[in-house]
Amino acid sequence: MMDLTKYIGPTYNDFVQKLLDDRQTKYLGIKLITPFTLVLVALIAAAVVVALYRLAFGIGAASNLSDAWPWGLWISFDVLGGVCMAAGGFLIAGAVYICGLEKYHCVARAAILNAFFGYLLAAISICMDIGRSVVIWKALISSQINSIMFIVAIHVVLYTSTLATESSPMFFEKVGWDGARHKVSRCMVGVALFGVLLSLLHQSSLGAVYLIAPGKLSQIWYSQWIPYCFLLSAIMLGLSMVSFETILTGKVWNHPPPRDVLSGLGRGTLIAGVLYLALKIYILLDTPGLVGMVFDGSFLGNLYLLEMAVGVVIPIGLLSLKSVRNNIHRLFAVDIMVVAGVLLNRLNVGIFGVQEFATRSGGDYFPSAMEWILTLGMIAFAILGFKLCAKYLNLFPQHH
Amino acid sequence: MPISRRDLLKGAASGGLLLASGVPAHATMSTTLPPNAVGFLYDATLCVGCKSCVVNCKIKNCEPGGALYQEGMKKPPYETKGPGNTGQWDETQELSGKTLSVIKVYKNGTCQTKDAEVNGFAFFKQQCMHCITPACASVCPGGAFRKDPDNGSVYYIASKCIGCRYCQLACPFGLPRYEWDAAWPEVRKCQHCRHITKKGGMTACAEFCPTGATVFGKVTDLREEAKRRLALKPGDEYQFPIQTVHSPNRQLRKVAKYVAKVYGLTEVGGTQNILLSGVSFEHLGFRPYLKNQALPELTWHYIAKIPWVFAGVFIGGTAIYKITHRNRKEGEQP
Repeated sequence: MMDLTKYIGPTYNDFVQKLLDDRQTKYLGIKLITPFTLVLVALIAAAVVVALYRLAFGIGAASNLSDAWPWGLWISFDVLGGVCMAAGGFLIAGAVYICGLEKYHCVARAAILNAFFGYLLAAISICMDIGRSVVIWKALISSQINSIMFIVAIHVVLYTSTLATESSPMFFEKVGWDGARHKVSRCMVGVALFGVLLSLLHQSSLGAVYLIAPGKLSQIWYSQWIPYCFLLSAIMLGLSMVSFETILTGKVWNHPPPRDVLSGLGRGTLIAGVLYLALKIYILLDTPGLVGMVFDGSFLGNLYLLEMAVGVVIPIGLLSLKSVRNNIHRLFAVDIMVVAGVLLNRLNVGIFGVQEFATRSGGDYFPSAMEWILTLGMIAFAILGFKLCAKYLNLFPQHH
Repeated sequence: MPISRRDLLKGAASGGLLLASGVPAHATMSTTLPPNAVGFLYDATLCVGCKSCVVNCKIKNCEPGGALYQEGMKKPPYETKGPGNTGQWDETQELSGKTLSVIKVYKNGTCQTKDAEVNGFAFFKQQCMHCITPACASVCPGGAFRKDPDNGSVYYIASKCIGCRYCQLACPFGLPRYEWDAAWPEVRKCQHCRHITKKGGMTACAEFCPTGATVFGKVTDLREEAKRRLALKPGDEYQFPIQTVHSPNRQLRKVAKYVAKVYGLTEVGGTQNILLSGVSFEHLGFRPYLKNQALPELTWHYIAKIPWVFAGVFIGGTAIYKITHRNRKEGEQP
């Protein structure tokens, strides 16, 4: 390893050496320079260029957004999707630190780190999406208690900090700051509880954003229950995401995923899915004319059916079989379906569901190349960040 | 773990305090008309489509204090790119970051009769309706939209805006427009010529309307005037006021056939600008499904539950923690 004493002095050199010491995680066999990593770096670099262009020339120059389509891919995928993909963090933290389910302790660090990157993705994208990025802090001091966006903004900041706190022990552990680590560990229960509270509110408030727009969001998705729909589907997706990520990292890196944890996550996904499906069916029957709108073969109706079939109904059917819950490959397939289905739900609410209103107002929208590049770059950033943490921090503690 | 337990109790206590501080039953926004609420009555049957209001709206709002004014601007942001326009005249097609009001036309069949739904045509005016309980003001995270407590005009403070465009999603009429091409953009919408009306003047659109299609005044007077017109028989003659609702300057004209509705009395809790028309409002681009309910209430039902979630999670979480950890010794790491 490089000796940097000459440049930064012995203290900092010692710190860097400790941080970059990957002997502990050698068994995972993570290689830093691979074609995949290079692609990720290229995507991030492209996204940085796009972000600078966007800041210099405005949103209109970088995106296809317009007055008829004020929100597009960045809000629907990066923010709504990124946050719901992070739901696993609070669920696992709550299960381990509050409910005392020790079984899940081995996936806690990875799940919380995954959530941290999900929130970073959402936070950075929101900064890019708003027109006056550098004054985003004004949303935090306005005390606009009537505004869901004010509540969302506060939650993003607080919960991202909470996730950073929850993730910090493995960093302190690595660089040998035992005092700090001890302090954080001692208040971990309180921090985890705070995280659960913030997440319950934040996941549901992202749905509540649309409560004010009954005339804009299609009736297929609009209902007074939309905050609860967002929360339940986020719980379902969050558990699937933890399972997905555990299996995936187990496959690409050399650490066998714990089977009882995975089947437990599958059961959790099943329970959340059944509750979500029950609520969706209630809304379907409770809203006059909704059954007709869903089954009339229209584009929006079909999207709804696709989202429900892929993300909810088929996964519930499969997960209710013990043979699926106990088979890693089948679980992996179900996880992908749930993630795809719930993400489609967020795109449906954020983009397709407001289509009718927007086209009546004379607009059409397909994300521009720059919008795609920024979104892909954000995803690449999350994956690369996770990979680096897996290499240099003790992310899968069960092996010690 | 002594510290965490104390933290939990502290958290539960603060949650309880929040509850004790009381949650209002309704959104913290007024749903009644402000005392000196002003607005305009737009009577589509009187409009001849001359667009004098559109042109002068732009000119007046580019004066210092106007909604389009920016320091150092040399001339109003005219839009000279319409079909057939050689760059000679301002030709606004649509509301935009440069245009606060626009006159549009409804056409059907042979377009022979004015204000007829079939084989007719009609003009209509599109701009901010100045809701009594504005959704834009309720959703803005920065507090950039304000409703004047005295005259009720909904105005915008650019320095508070973060540019999230939630106002555009929330507005039931889809009216706020954004400066998409600017690196430091503003939201643009009619602000009732606040720089003029606060000094006792009238909005530019009313001042420059030659036929009295747009008349400015107190909302209560405007509502009376609108109801008076609806009560008239088609073909009767009536002295229509010009510029302001109580103006001595009046024009004798035949009364057209109105749709039996004053638009803006109840829609989304009522608006300060109200409309009369000979053609169904649905045909003029006004959404038929707008409920007679102030939109911020829809959100408030959710927001009012937040303190309860606080209390519930802290109390429930503490209880679960106590139960699941009752057999563990003090200081034992999980």
